Amino acid sequence: MRAVREALASFRRTPLLCVLSIGAIGLSLVILGLFGLVAHNIGGAIGDVERRVEVVGYLLDDAGPEEVRAAWRELEALPEVESVRYVSKDEALERARRDLVEFSNVYGELRVNPLPASLHLRLREGFRAPETVSETAGLLAAYPFIEEARFGEEWVERLFALRSAAAATALALGGGFALVAVLLIVTTVRMAILARGEEIEIMQIVGAREGYIQRPFLLEGAVTGLAGGLLALGATRLAYVVFPARFPAIESLAWLPHLWTAAGVAAAAALGLLAAAFSVHREVGRAYGPS
Amino acid sequence: MISLRKVSKTYPRSGDALRGVSFRLRKGEFAFLTGPSGAGKSTVLELIHFQTRPTEGEVQVSRYSSGRIRRRDIPALRRRVGFVFQDFKLLERLTAAENVAFALEVIGTPRREIAGRVQRLLSQVGLAARARSRPSELSGGERQRVAVARALATEPRILLADEPTGNLDPDAAAGVFELFRMLNRLGTAVLMATHDADFVRRQRDIRRLELEGGRLVGDSAA
Repeated sequence: MRAVREALASFRRTPLLCVLSIGAIGLSLVILGLFGLVAHNIGGAIGDVERRVEVVGYLLDDAGPEEVRAAWRELEALPEVESVRYVSKDEALERARRDLVEFSNVYGELRVNPLPASLHLRLREGFRAPETVSETAGLLAAYPFIEEARFGEEWVERLFALRSAAAATALALGGGFALVAVLLIVTTVRMAILARGEEIEIMQIVGAREGYIQRPFLLEGAVTGLAGGLLALGATRLAYVVFPARFPAIESLAWLPHLWTAAGVAAAAALGLLAAAFSVHREVGRAYGPS
Repeated sequence: MISLRKVSKTYPRSGDALRGVSFRLRKGEFAFLTGPSGAGKSTVLELIHFQTRPTEGEVQVSRYSSGRIRRRDIPALRRRVGFVFQDFKLLERLTAAENVAFALEVIGTPRREIAGRVQRLLSQVGLAARARSRPSELSGGERQRVAVARALATEPRILLADEPTGNLDPDAAAGVFELFRMLNRLGTAVLMATHDADFVRRQRDIRRLELEGGRLVGDSAA
């Protein structure tokens, strides 16, 4: 109770400093939040594209229906395969006429259908990395009735490179801003300790226990971190609402998963606590340690 | 009660503060710690209060030894050893009563007991009538009395005083000194650091430990 009272008293005593600290921490974290929002949406977009990645095996014209059906069943049973779809020669031609309008005349005048039948394999989530896709294409190509298996190798690799770059940037920026937030909290708590230097000195002289002195500062650090985290969450939510309305190019944004937001706010509070612990240990602890 | 055995203290920047100092202070004893500025008086008091540790030798206060004391035992030791400073170290935003109550609260005194104990402590130092005054409204002597009341809040067996009369006029200094003598008569051991040689010479019945250049150069009890 005293720790709560003291932490609140500290907020009341230096409201400007506290507001500045929370604002600065909030600002650091809102950048993290905005980046998280962008990363999440890039991730979502990549996921959408990823879901479209498929391995296509073009069949020889003399492929027997029985052996195709047997292969279909075998392929469907593979753990990495989500679905197998058979596209007949007629269906392929129909689709070409529909999708490739500029060649509609060419396709319209054909007397013999030159397009092969094909098997389209969709892969399960977690099996869409270039290596897995390539391995699956190899399996498909190994069937004697398959003339050729394609999967847009270059495209898949680029997609994954983009995702890796996004993850690396997220880690670097996230780590950088988290460090800024920690330094701010360390400084805030240090200033709070210095502002109460006389009180702390008297507490130490009359025999206060270390924990008694430290608890309000630890609580203050945690509450500052928590408030900064909530402020950042609010600002990120505002950006989420305002951006699509102001910039029509952004059609829609997906909001962050609840687990991310809860973890972000909890991490902000934990960072505040750890930063305060570091500061308190340095500033208060030395009066009890050997020197 | 207090024992220093061949105690030396060296600070990394300022060098030797104490060299081979040994003395004992018995239960209920009163002693002056004298010497010019920089002789090492404050260092001796800080060592006894475990604000710092000796570079060599051993400081023993009651059952606590500088060589063996655990970090978590230091608060308990400090509750047995009251400390009074030349600059009082009172919190300006609190009244005299609140300054004393602050010490009681810090050591975990039950809330319902604090008001009564504050009243008794301020009465003991002759300041019951000024309980609601802030330090800025008190004279130097009165401020030091508040500081003494606060030091007594933990019911210490030993009272350390670092130049407690240094900022006071002669009358106020005499009053504070009389307060120490009264506390000593009630059983509290007192070790008072002062550089006022004339004042010390007038108190012939009180033991005098003389420091010079970090060495103990005289002990009137020896």
